[in-house]
Amino acid sequence: MLSKTVTELAASLAQKKISARELTQAYLDRIQQLNPALNAYITITAEQALAQADAADARLARGDAGPLTGIPIAHKDIFCTRDVLTTCGSRMLHNFVAPYDACVVERLEQAGAIMLGKTNMDEFAMGSSNETSWFGGVRNPWDQTRVPGGSSGGSAAAVAADLCVMATGTDTGGSIRQPASFCGITGLKPTYGRVSRFGMIAFASSLDQAGPLTKSAHDAALMMNAIAGTDLRDSTCLDLPAEDFTAELNKPLNGLRIGLPRQHFTADLNPSVQNILQEAIKTLESLGVTFVEVDLPNNHLSVPAYYVIAPAEASANLSRYDGVRFGYRCENPQNLEDLYKRSRGEGFGDEVKRRILVGTYALSAGYYDAYYIKAQKIRRLIKNDFDEAFKSVDLILGPTSPHTAFKTGEKVSDPVTMYLEDIYTIAVNLAGLPGMSLPAGLLNGLPIGMQLVGPALSEARLLNVAHQFQLNTDWHTKRPEV
Amino acid sequence: MALDKIEVEKIAHLARLQISESDVIETGQRISNILAMIDQMQSVDTSSVEPMAHPFDAVQRLRPDVVTESNQRDYLQKIAPATQDGLYLVPKVIE
Repeated sequence: MLSKTVTELAASLAQKKISARELTQAYLDRIQQLNPALNAYITITAEQALAQADAADARLARGDAGPLTGIPIAHKDIFCTRDVLTTCGSRMLHNFVAPYDACVVERLEQAGAIMLGKTNMDEFAMGSSNETSWFGGVRNPWDQTRVPGGSSGGSAAAVAADLCVMATGTDTGGSIRQPASFCGITGLKPTYGRVSRFGMIAFASSLDQAGPLTKSAHDAALMMNAIAGTDLRDSTCLDLPAEDFTAELNKPLNGLRIGLPRQHFTADLNPSVQNILQEAIKTLESLGVTFVEVDLPNNHLSVPAYYVIAPAEASANLSRYDGVRFGYRCENPQNLEDLYKRSRGEGFGDEVKRRILVGTYALSAGYYDAYYIKAQKIRRLIKNDFDEAFKSVDLILGPTSPHTAFKTGEKVSDPVTMYLEDIYTIAVNLAGLPGMSLPAGLLNGLPIGMQLVGPALSEARLLNVAHQFQLNTDWHTKRPEV
Repeated sequence: MALDKIEVEKIAHLARLQISESDVIETGQRISNILAMIDQMQSVDTSSVEPMAHPFDAVQRLRPDVVTESNQRDYLQKIAPATQDGLYLVPKVIE
């Protein structure tokens, strides 16, 4: 029961085979049983969940339920939740009870989804392994000696281990797609501006985007229907008419052209991952897709440009944490400067401090042109590469990550090695494009994802290809034994 | 480029971050490694490229200049470390 998808559970709820309260209680029981080992949740909101479940049951009885009514969800702890602890994985916000709901949280609640709790994450979403969380790392349910990926690692692990049906995540450089790949689930990063960032704690505002982590592409489409769309409280949110992301799911793939970037299929990519991608390509070819090679010649510059732009924006965004209005405050400050410096020095972890320092350096007098402006120019070259590629293909397919989940502790001591984990995902954020990861195979018992990337606003097409792939394969139905 | 101790301390001051004396050297080394990776950018000629600040080169949307929020001072200050009479308390700034 607990491994079912949104669509399957919605049917059971509609047919009164189970109540939302029973379903919610079953997930809460499983969380209580497994979360001490996995550490996927930072906060469990059992009482509110059961109250929301009763409201969902009332809605179901009245016959005014939507596709997500009564479906238990987990929110990444980066989304503000009114009167509920919202930590962003940081000591800085270890005591922060948000005074309002994020737009995404609000919309999913209106849709009738039931919040089970808040999921663990890399501190301020800065990391690719979940090891930078103040609340300890998350363990990968497929192998608890390995990381779940990051930064939405708690959300990905919770979906994979059936500690929720679906979860929210955010993706600044790969933070939805890479953990989805490592945990064997489906993750979608929408086009920049598709989903409101209101109430989503800011990391790098020109890159951050919220999206779904689910057990199927169909479920991701249903979540997108609930969360996407204009919100006046986020001035970067795109002003577009509402879209039904399920509308194209069943469209045949005949005639579709997908590009394979030469720069992704190189010696740096694990050969076994290459073989898994080749199998996926064959499956899609049998459905009528034509594959051609494309070039993304500046892809290798995406990590360097990102590690200027993201830290620069982060250094500005994180200047709000000063120990004055909310969050962590040091003991016995000697003066105002001491209050700022020690609250921030003690409240932030090492990786967050490093990125603030890199960003401050890149923006400081004398270095601004050489770093920040240079990175913004490279960003345009990267976007131009995608524009050029999409002149000849509809979508691009490649790896999400160079390999399967790595061991806890393996890369955490070397920031640059960790940064290169996101070599296939970061360019997509710089160009503002939608991208998704879906399970493509297992390698030594560990899942590996493939990435699909499309032009701006092509989410429905990405979900179409992903859904058709999932109708013809069963990788997305594989679950770890926890 | 490699950052020395003085430079790390200067940036840390600009960012209002306390870095303990024992961590300054290691922090400088790690940041230098990151900057070395970033320096790959310098190998590309970008003299004719316009910087890109936003994925779609969009500009900020404006809204009418009218009050949309109600006063929630007491509720919002419940999570503050120290307040008095509706004000946030910090160490004395003026003697």
